[in-house]
Parts: sequence; C-alpha cells; structure tokens
Amino acid sequence: MEKFHAGDYDIIVIGAGHAGCEAGLAAARMGQKTLMLSINLDSIAMMPCNPSIGGTGKGHLVREIDALGGEMGLNIDKSFIQSKMLNLRKGPAVHSLRAQADKVKYHQEMKKVLENTENLYIKQGEVTQLTMEDGTVKGVVTATGSCYTAKAVILCTGTYLGGKVFIGSAVFQSGPNGLAPSLELTQDLQEHAVDMRRFKTGTPARVNKRSLNYDKLEVQWGDPEIEMFSFMNDVEEFEEQPCWLTYTNDTTHQVILDNIHRSAMYGGQIEGTGPRYCPSIEDKIARFADKPRHQLFIEPEGLDTNEMYVQGMSTSLPEDVQVAFMRTIPGMEDVEIMRPAYAIEYDCVDPTQLKLSLEFKHVDNLFSAGQFNGSSGYEEAAAQGLMAGINAVLKIEGKDPLVLDRSEAYIGVLIDDLVTKGTNEPYRMLTSRAEYRLLLRQDNADIRLTEISNRIGLAGDDRLKRLSDKKKCIEEEMERLHAVRLKADHVNPLLVDLGSSEVSGSITLADLMRRPELDYTKLAPVDPDRPELRSDVWKQCEIQLKYAGYIKKQLAQVEKFKALETMALGQDIDFNGIDGLRLEARQKLSEIKPKSIGQASRISGVSPADISVLMVFLEQERRKNANG
Amino acid sequence: MVKDTIVAIATAPGEGAIGIVRMSGNQALSILDLVFQAKSKKSALEMKNRMLYYGHITDETHVIDEVLVTKMLAPNTYTCEDVVEINCHGGIVPLQETVKLLLRRGARMAEPGEFTKRAFLNGRLDLAQAESVMDLISAKTPRGFTVAYQQLEGALSKRVGQLRNELLNVMAQLEVSIDYPDVDEEEITFAEIRKRFESVQTGVEDLLASSETGRIIRDGLSTVIVGKPNVGKSSLMNALLRESRAIVTDIPGTTRDVLEEFINVKGVPLRIIDTAGIRQTEDVVEKIGVERSKEFFNKADLIVFVINAAEPLTEEDESIIELLEGRKALIVVNKVDLPRVVDQDQLEERLPNQTFVYTSMMDDNGIEDVENTIAEFVFGGHVIRKENAYVSNIRHINALERTQTALNAAINAVDGMMPYDFIEVDTKDAYAFLGEISGDTVEDDLVTRIFSNFCLGK
Repeated sequence: MEKFHAGDYDIIVIGAGHAGCEAGLAAARMGQKTLMLSINLDSIAMMPCNPSIGGTGKGHLVREIDALGGEMGLNIDKSFIQSKMLNLRKGPAVHSLRAQADKVKYHQEMKKVLENTENLYIKQGEVTQLTMEDGTVKGVVTATGSCYTAKAVILCTGTYLGGKVFIGSAVFQSGPNGLAPSLELTQDLQEHAVDMRRFKTGTPARVNKRSLNYDKLEVQWGDPEIEMFSFMNDVEEFEEQPCWLTYTNDTTHQVILDNIHRSAMYGGQIEGTGPRYCPSIEDKIARFADKPRHQLFIEPEGLDTNEMYVQGMSTSLPEDVQVAFMRTIPGMEDVEIMRPAYAIEYDCVDPTQLKLSLEFKHVDNLFSAGQFNGSSGYEEAAAQGLMAGINAVLKIEGKDPLVLDRSEAYIGVLIDDLVTKGTNEPYRMLTSRAEYRLLLRQDNADIRLTEISNRIGLAGDDRLKRLSDKKKCIEEEMERLHAVRLKADHVNPLLVDLGSSEVSGSITLADLMRRPELDYTKLAPVDPDRPELRSDVWKQCEIQLKYAGYIKKQLAQVEKFKALETMALGQDIDFNGIDGLRLEARQKLSEIKPKSIGQASRISGVSPADISVLMVFLEQERRKNANG
Repeated sequence: MVKDTIVAIATAPGEGAIGIVRMSGNQALSILDLVFQAKSKKSALEMKNRMLYYGHITDETHVIDEVLVTKMLAPNTYTCEDVVEINCHGGIVPLQETVKLLLRRGARMAEPGEFTKRAFLNGRLDLAQAESVMDLISAKTPRGFTVAYQQLEGALSKRVGQLRNELLNVMAQLEVSIDYPDVDEEEITFAEIRKRFESVQTGVEDLLASSETGRIIRDGLSTVIVGKPNVGKSSLMNALLRESRAIVTDIPGTTRDVLEEFINVKGVPLRIIDTAGIRQTEDVVEKIGVERSKEFFNKADLIVFVINAAEPLTEEDESIIELLEGRKALIVVNKVDLPRVVDQDQLEERLPNQTFVYTSMMDDNGIEDVENTIAEFVFGGHVIRKENAYVSNIRHINALERTQTALNAAINAVDGMMPYDFIEVDTKDAYAFLGEISGDTVEDDLVTRIFSNFCLGK
C-alpha cells in the first residue's frame, strides 16, 4: 500500500468513544492542534451497552469530569430522558446521580460539540501503525496509507482492538455493535514492546417496545425533582420516559441450565477475563443457584426508537435460547429480540505499564485511556480520556503532569488503582474503593477540582465565576446560620412537632441543624428571614454542619496520607541496589516505579519494613546531594 | 514530617533491676503529664531538662509503678525530638503496663529500629551509620515474620480471623446496599447490624480479658521438666537459673521480694512445677503415677522433655512419649557431645510435630537455643491451651483496644441511625485494627466479598 504524508498535528487521539472524546476536547481546548481518528464517525460517543450515564461511583466521576471542564456532564444534560439520584436515604457522600440517555441524541450532541471545537479535527480512519523514533512516538499511519505526525498520541481503542464477538457457537471478528474491528494495531504495539492482554465484556439483548406486555411489568419513573449533571446547568424541562421492572423464574432458569453447554462462556471458547460485577445470566444462575429469581430492568434506548435494553440479562447463549428464556419472563411472553446479546473479547494493556499521568513508562509521549487500560464503563473511560488529554498537552508543553491523588478525586483513585495495583478484570468504579469517601462527594466536585483545572488552562473563567459565586453564598449562609439565635418560645413548638428535644434560653440555627432529626428544610418555619438560595448552596451548609465530626476525622487521615504522598521517589532509582529491601519488593518497585513513598506503600508485595528502608534511603540520597 | 509520638521498652526484657520505657515525639511531654505524678508536683513543662524526678505512674484508678522520670528536650536528644525516659522497676509487668498506658494516652508503639530511624531522618546520625539503620530495620523482619507466621497458625489469629470475617460480612452488606442500590437483596436493618457488632465487640472484650489476666506474663508460664533419671533435668534448670539475671517482682513497683520459683527466660517468667520433686526423685512419672502425671501435664503451659541422646529410648521415655500425645512439647535432646545412639528419624517418628533442641549441658552448649525456643513458644502462640485465644503481645493489646473504640463509635452511629456510609467509616477502622494483628489489609477483601456474596451486575 502506498503511504503519503497527510498532515501535522500536536496531538492525535485514536478512537472517538467516551475516552477519545474527552481526550480530544481537552487537548484542543488547551490550545493544541488535535486530530481524532475513528473507524466510523457514526460511532462517536456511541453507547454500545447500557443506555445510561452515572450511577454509584460513576456519577461521582461524571461530576468530577464536569468540574475539570470535560464534556460528559454537559452532554448527558442535553440528552437525558430520565434522572434519578440514587441512595438518597443514605449519606450525602454516596448520593449518586444516574440519567437514562437517548443514545442517538447523546451521539449527535457530542459530535456537534467536537465538530465545532476550535483546533479539533475529526477524520474517519483506522490506525494500523504508530511511527516511532528513539522510543518516542512521532505519529500514526492509517489503513489507507495516510501518515500523520504528532508530538503525542493517545490510544483510546475501546473494544475495537482485536475485537471478537461470541453469540453461542457463532464466533466472528467484530468491534462493538457490529462495527468493524481494528485488527492490525495490536501487532504493531507489541513490536514496540507494549505488553498486551485480552479482556472480555458483554451486553444484553435489545427488544422491541411493542412486543412487551406492560400489564405484567412494574413501571419505574425517575425523581420528580431532578438535578443536572453539569455544575454549569440549571434544571430545565425535559421529556421523561419510564423504565420497567420484571423478574426471572424457575422456568427461565431451567431453560438456561438445559442449554448452558451452548454458552460461549461455558463452552470455553472465550479466553479473555470477564468482570465479576457484570456476570452473564448463565453465570448468575450457576453461581447463585439458590436465588429464586433475578430482577431485570427494561430501559428505553431513546425517544425515537422502539429498542429497549434488557438490563441484567447479559449472556453469550445462542440467539434461539435467548428468545426461549426471555419468553418465560412475565411481561415478555411475546418478546421480539431486535439485537441479540453478545460477549466481546478485545485487546488491552496491563495498566501497570503506565505512569500516573497515563503516559507509557517506556514509550515517550504515548498515552492511553479507557477500556484499553483495562477499565470498564463509559464514565471510567471518559475520566481517563480527560486526564490523558490534559497530560499529553502538559507533556508537550514541558510542564509537570496533573496527577490527582486519592484524597482529591475518584479520578485519582481510579488511575492510582489501575497504575499502581493493576487489575485482573475490567475495572469498575465503586464508592467503596475510595478511602476518603466522605470528602469526595459528587456535590462538591466543583469545589475540589475546578480551580485546579482552571490553573492548567482547561476549565474556563465562566466555570470559575460560577464556583466562586457559589462558594461566597455558602460562606455567607454558614455565617448566618451560626449567628442567628432563636428564642426557646419561638422554636420549641416546632421541635415538639418534629420529635426533637426542647431548648431552654436560645439556640443557633447551626446547632439545631446538627441534630439528626432536623435539617435545613424542616427549620424553614422558624427561619422566615432566610435568603433565597440555590439548593446546592444550602445543601453544602447542611453537610458541613451535620457531618462535621466525620469530615474532620477524614481530613486528619488525609493529612497523614499526604505526608507520605509528598515524599517523592525519583524515576531513576535502582531499587535492586538498595540493601535491606526484600527481593519481592525490589522486583515490584522496579516494575511499577512509584512516584512517591505513598504510592510505593500501596503496591502489593511491598511491606511496611520495605517502606522504612526506602525512607532511610531517600534521606541518604538527599544528604549525598546536599554534600556533593 | 513524622508527627506521632512513639514509645517502646528500651532495655532488654528482664535483664536488669531497672527497666526503661522511652518515648519520643512532639507529644511526649503532654502524654507524660497524663500519666505521671511527680512527688514535687511539677508538670512536665516545669521539670528541668535532663534531671531525674521521682513519682508514680498512675492510671484512673491505681498506681502502676513508682518511677524516676527524665525529660530531654529537642533537639539535643538521640532522636532530635522531645524524649521522655521512665525508669521502672525491672521485670516485664511494670514495663508492659506503663507502655500500655502510654499507648492509651496517645503514643504509638515504635516499629523495630524506629528510634534510630528517626535519629537518622532528623539529621542526628551520619551516612555511614545509616547503613546500620537499614540493617536494624530489615534484620528484624525475618524474625518478626516467623513469629507472625506462627501466630497465624495459632488460636489468636484464628479468633481474630473469625471476628474480622464477621465484620467483613456486615461491611459487604452495607457496601452492596450503597454501591448497588437497585439490587434485589434485603437491606440489613439497624437492629441486625447492632447485634452483629455486639457479637464482635464481645469477642474483642474476651480477647482483651485474656490479656488483662496476662496469665503467662503475670503468673509465669507453668512449666514441667520431665525425663528419666540422670538425663540432665537439674542441669537444665540450673543453667536456666544461672542465665536468669533478674527476678520478676510480685506486685508491680511496690516490693522487690524475690520469688524463687520463677525463672526468667528472655523476659518470659517460667514457673517450674514441683521443682523440688524434680530435684529429689528425678522421675515425676514414677513418683506420682501415670494418672496424676496426666493431670500434671494438662495443667502445664509448657512441657520440656529431656532425652539422653547417648542411650537408647527406655520404657520410661516411652511412657512419657505416650503422655505427650496431642500436646505441644519442647524436646531437649541432651548429651549430643557423646556418640549418638538415639536415631533422629526414630525420634521424629515417635514425636511428630514437636520442636527439638540439641544440647550438651556438660559444656553449656545449646542453652541459648533452649531459651530462644521457649520465647518463640510463648510469642508464637504454642503454649495456648484448649484452643483459647490468648493475647500477650502489647502491640496486639493496643490493636484490640483501638478496635474496641472504633466498634463503640460504630455502635453509636447505629444508635444515632446514621446513614450506612457513616457506620462504615468506623467499621472499616475496626476491621483494619484487627488486621494489624494478622497483617492483612482491607480494600481487596471487601470488593472480593461483595462479589462472592451477592449476585450483581447488568
């Protein structure tokens, strides 16, 4: 094939899924001439699995992406058809926003934004090769021979790379959703000493809305009062669609068990590792045999389509079995499958090959994000894409990378987990993975992150302005709550009504709000002069007052954590030459090359005694340098 | 950089009439004020630098020891931090009790070599000395590791493991309802959480009670030395007595009465059962009969069985071997200086899973090994009888006390009907503190437990 020079760019992003879109937008918005290459431009920001954005842990990621000036939150706000704040009965730290998306709208809106972003160029093309010089990436080559140069390249290949789809005994090479796979790039990456592995994931069937029997399905609406994902948006009118709930039964399970030998997963054709948290229905029935029923949610894929997503029914059973078992489920007796469920296997990397900036340790200026790094989920992908985009820019500008730590953001937890600990299965965010969960709330992502992003030139001044207005309102209201004292005779009748103990003399609003049985809203009758405030403002005040003790405790833990995190380890340390380290520690440290003592302490196989040895070593080095 | 205050016993256990507890860090003085009543009524701040002050270490209710205290102000100290040294009475009890109290008042147990490490990190030692710091830190690891490993097998680890498991199950249930709010599982109720926390709390209290008794440390390890006549029992006892340079006092810090039946081995007090009997008749089994010997054996924490390597096993040996079945004993193979008659393979076959030490009492060879092995027995959890978990290690006691505090906070959160994620904060702490005893971490356990116990996913 003839090759030709097709253009020069600062940054090239391979792939236009959720990781690619954030990477491309961040790079272009930070002023770099950026090229995004996608196998098919109709699959930009495609949602090949569930039709929703957010959920526990994931909703936190979206808020953080938004706070940092990313696009996901803005885009779902333009295209959602149902919205729900999960976990409202639990603490504010685990409230998680989830919105059902109109998939086509989501794609269209994102494509529109990409097309209209300055410095951003979008082209259809399959990258088959990277060009390299002295261990530094210099550009890419496409299947049609186009050669593009770049100062940095970001790999966001999703499940396209070496994609192989399984539906029962039917096995064929394919990307997600019937799109073309990318079959050449893996070998090229291996030639550049990138270590590849195979992971597996899957998606359930899509069924026709008109073939469901709604009398037997339980309707599921979203919240009557909603919140938007983006900190920049106020709530607007939207057209809501319901989801539906039903359950499997003994007959369903029998059909599946009778045919389990025909499942690609159980037949042994699949070599890739699948996620524990997304088991197929045959897996669930085999592993949890005593569970009499499994729930499934039937969710709309959009406003202008009859396709419905059947959440909970991911499978690699053949199509005839899929039809047979679904028709045993109440409400689905006459169900018509429009797209069968499939399992997909793909090439990805062991993320311990990456630095915390998501740059490859041994290939300069090559970055990667998303499923390619071993994660799962749109939000996890977008978060990494954003960070890879930011760090690619900072790298070519000769600046320090932006690394968020575990006490600053879920994004920090996500990337540190991947890069420091590695993963044996597609990695999903869970709130329980965050040590400082009470601080990393979805409601304060802007307070935590927007200023950081503004400093590096991504989040715009409009975001900063909105944040500082909000912070000022919070401050003023906190002052007022501490200052306003209510007399006993004024407040006691309400307290009696609410089952709270009476006061003698007087009490401040702040002290009242600290009582578990009271909150800001309940105190409205005795606080007639309160200012008109946005709900995000008074909710911050409420959280700061009610949970002060716990927050203080976590802040103290963070301080300890930071002490180790700021003890930097140079990238050229020869761990094999440090006496006193155990053999396993030497190997692991040499492999991971931790950036700090804190990061080193999280590597499995590195003991507290090893960490002590490292600290002494560091001091030794410091003095040698000071003396010499 | 390093902000917490560390404490440790600075003198080798049981090796002198006086033992020193050393504390270093910026809270050393304020912690001292919480535990020390100087006769002169001076506070730590008022005490003169580097002067000895007489007084008492006391907790809420009673006097732990009468002591002499010196404060040394930073930076002219070993660690370049504020240092307090407390001279207690020798013997393990006052020292341990003092350390335990300081831990409760906010100090942290020092890691192996940590005083020296701090001295180095704070600029006190030079580069050449740093090498020895490395050795100090890392040399402790293998031994620490064996002990930890042995404890893993012991009843304590088993019990701690059970308690952690109970907590982990509660945590997994809390986390599932947090991370999978849609999941088709019944949510755990406050009453149920409380019930399960209380059960763990009881378990922790029982363990602490076993330490409060401090039976081994306070009462001594009841030890029986058996073997046929002339095998070297008396020599062994005499050798141990000779090595034992300090005697444990009876009541902490009040008297120095010598209790002659105690032998101090590496800080472990041994109480030899029927010492006189051993000396006089040389044969316990013959003297008191088989039935009573069994009782005797059952009462003992530690059985030391001495064998003559230079003679074949006799009937007397065999009868003792039978009595030892199912018990952990220390087998001292003596007279290895003489030509070997007893075959090692034969011994190991007759005494499976026992620990062997080889000695020649005549020329004092192997006594050190016997002492080390006895210490390992105690700290390694081998002397625990009847499957009772038993806490003797001060670090473990401290971990259990912190577990208790965290569990109380968690129970308070339950009673205050706090949301699950708040209850989880203290539960995770409790789980981590218990984990310090077995050396395990939290995160990976939890994620694994969630996915193995619950059916989740799309």
